Amino acid sequence: MKVLLILAALSVAVIGKETFEGHQVLRITGKNEFQHSLLKDMAEMEHLQLDVWMEPIDLSTPVDIRVPFTSLQTVKAFLETEDIPYSVMIKDLQVMLDEEKEQRLSAARATEPRTTDDYDYTNYHNGDEIYSFQEMLVAENPKLVSKIVIGQSYEGRPLNVLKFSTGGTNRRGIWINTGIHSREWITQASGTWFAKKIVTDYGRDAALTAILDNMDIFLEIVTNPDGYNYSHKTNRMWRKTRKPNPGSSCDGTDLNRNWDAGFGTAGSSGNPCDQTYRGPKAHSESEVKSIVDFVKSHGNLKAFIDIHSYSQRLMYPYGYTATPCNDQRELHDLARKAITDLASLYGTSFRYGSVMTTIYRASGISIDWSYNQGIKYSYTFELRDTGRYGFILPANQIIPTAKEAWLALMAIMEHTKDNTN
Amino acid sequence: MTTGVLNPSHYPARRAATVVQHYLNTRYGSPYRWIFLSKVHSGSAEDVAEMRKYQLELTMQETISNVSGQCSAELLFPGGEGQSAPQVQASCEGLLQSNTTAQEEAFYQQHRASNNMVSGTDIPDSYGHMEPNMKPFWHLGGVASSFIMLRESNESTLYNMAQVANFTQLETEKDQLRFNYHVLLHEMISQEIIHWKLLVTWSPEQGVKVLQSELQPKCHDCEAPPNTTN
Repeated sequence: MKVLLILAALSVAVIGKETFEGHQVLRITGKNEFQHSLLKDMAEMEHLQLDVWMEPIDLSTPVDIRVPFTSLQTVKAFLETEDIPYSVMIKDLQVMLDEEKEQRLSAARATEPRTTDDYDYTNYHNGDEIYSFQEMLVAENPKLVSKIVIGQSYEGRPLNVLKFSTGGTNRRGIWINTGIHSREWITQASGTWFAKKIVTDYGRDAALTAILDNMDIFLEIVTNPDGYNYSHKTNRMWRKTRKPNPGSSCDGTDLNRNWDAGFGTAGSSGNPCDQTYRGPKAHSESEVKSIVDFVKSHGNLKAFIDIHSYSQRLMYPYGYTATPCNDQRELHDLARKAITDLASLYGTSFRYGSVMTTIYRASGISIDWSYNQGIKYSYTFELRDTGRYGFILPANQIIPTAKEAWLALMAIMEHTKDNTN
Repeated sequence: MTTGVLNPSHYPARRAATVVQHYLNTRYGSPYRWIFLSKVHSGSAEDVAEMRKYQLELTMQETISNVSGQCSAELLFPGGEGQSAPQVQASCEGLLQSNTTAQEEAFYQQHRASNNMVSGTDIPDSYGHMEPNMKPFWHLGGVASSFIMLRESNESTLYNMAQVANFTQLETEKDQLRFNYHVLLHEMISQEIIHWKLLVTWSPEQGVKVLQSELQPKCHDCEAPPNTTN
């Protein structure tokens, strides 16, 4: 009994952190009834904060107890004094938990989906995983999908475009890109979902089938792969490319200020350290130049849709000037229809209008360039949300966001099909 | 500058309305009350002496209870040189209906004793996730950020809080819970991510206060805060 009083007297203040650093799990085998009852009393001493993992059923089974770091010396001294055999089962519980967690995470990462049917659309994926997805999609749908490499990023990553086509020669085309700004993760995730949606709906959904029977769809999911990689590994809020700027310690160009439409005018920055840095000259970034070259050589694109987040808007040209574009009326009416369709799914409310009036003056943007190339149905989306989560939209909103945006895309694509030749 | 009746879909009204949102959070926000702009119904702007005066009719939404309310607001953006904060007056109907007293009191009691200091990082994390017990601290960070966002706003800015990089609880003082917060603000027009360190206090009675704020230098290739694996 004296020994138990010692235990009680050696109480240590509980620190109260929710970590198991230094905690050990001891396996204790009482040799007789007396020792068992001592162990029971010890376990009940509140100040020791012992946590019995496995109760002894009888004399032969051991008792496993988690002992916080602060109680270790006391407990071990007690066991040794009373000559109760014990062994250390877990030397540092926190280390073990951390290792387990790391294993679980890397197992989850390593468990690669084998088909686009077991790809997890409800989660964000890194660039390599999206590249694998693209390979799988093409392999599974060889008659419908092919991959075109339109160029290379600054760091040498392929710039992949998925072409969805049911044949013909240089049919009218629809261009869609996501992820031009790397931190807008909901867009790359939605782009992936759109790709799967197209192959799923062809032959099943009349409207999509009619579109693909007459036109091709080109989808670039990771438009800024270097930035995307950087946003995973180093800085979640990275927006630009990763190309260094000579004479500056600041890297990167804003890909959506680098296009040759009002390039260099108000609405972009000439400072390499700024998030809206336009680059040294129009199309200086390979990620933009590759699209420019592709669009020009294709020569028959009728819609160009550049998808961003956040703020829930659907916008048409111009950003670099307040002068309304020639097709303002039609683009405005189509935008209204598109966002009405979008809202029909979950009630999500999008605003619409020209870039300039709706959000801000922005120069050198993609859709101003594409519109000036003669691609009338040039639109830019800003997907969910309106600022509560902003760029870090919870993964459980990926599918609802993609689904509602798809309805707006369908409205634009259908109108394009019916109003061009 | 646009003057006269404002188009509710265009940016001038939207930016001014967001300033009203920040103001309402400084007045009424708490770990269980965080208000966001829902809709701009109408607005107008005029030049008054050297200042710009806006009048707005808005719907605001309390984001935890989802209760909405109609608000009428008037803002004055100071003109000329100098960077003084906009002045806001707003009255809302129905917005503060949700009864947060019990939750606030429980949270306050839970955290006022000094033997269990709480802290957290990356709220939400890169995937938009946070532990449920971190949510009130996220809300609190958002409300505290509103003081800065209100102060820093003008007609060419649009602020949101992008993330709580980290927060640490300090010793309770004068019955106020106290925290150091490091928040990331997103300014939409420049697209910059702006880092601020804040000394924040809160109690159910006194509401949220920001005792100190410190702009962090712009880092060109900001490393992610610690605890993010590279």
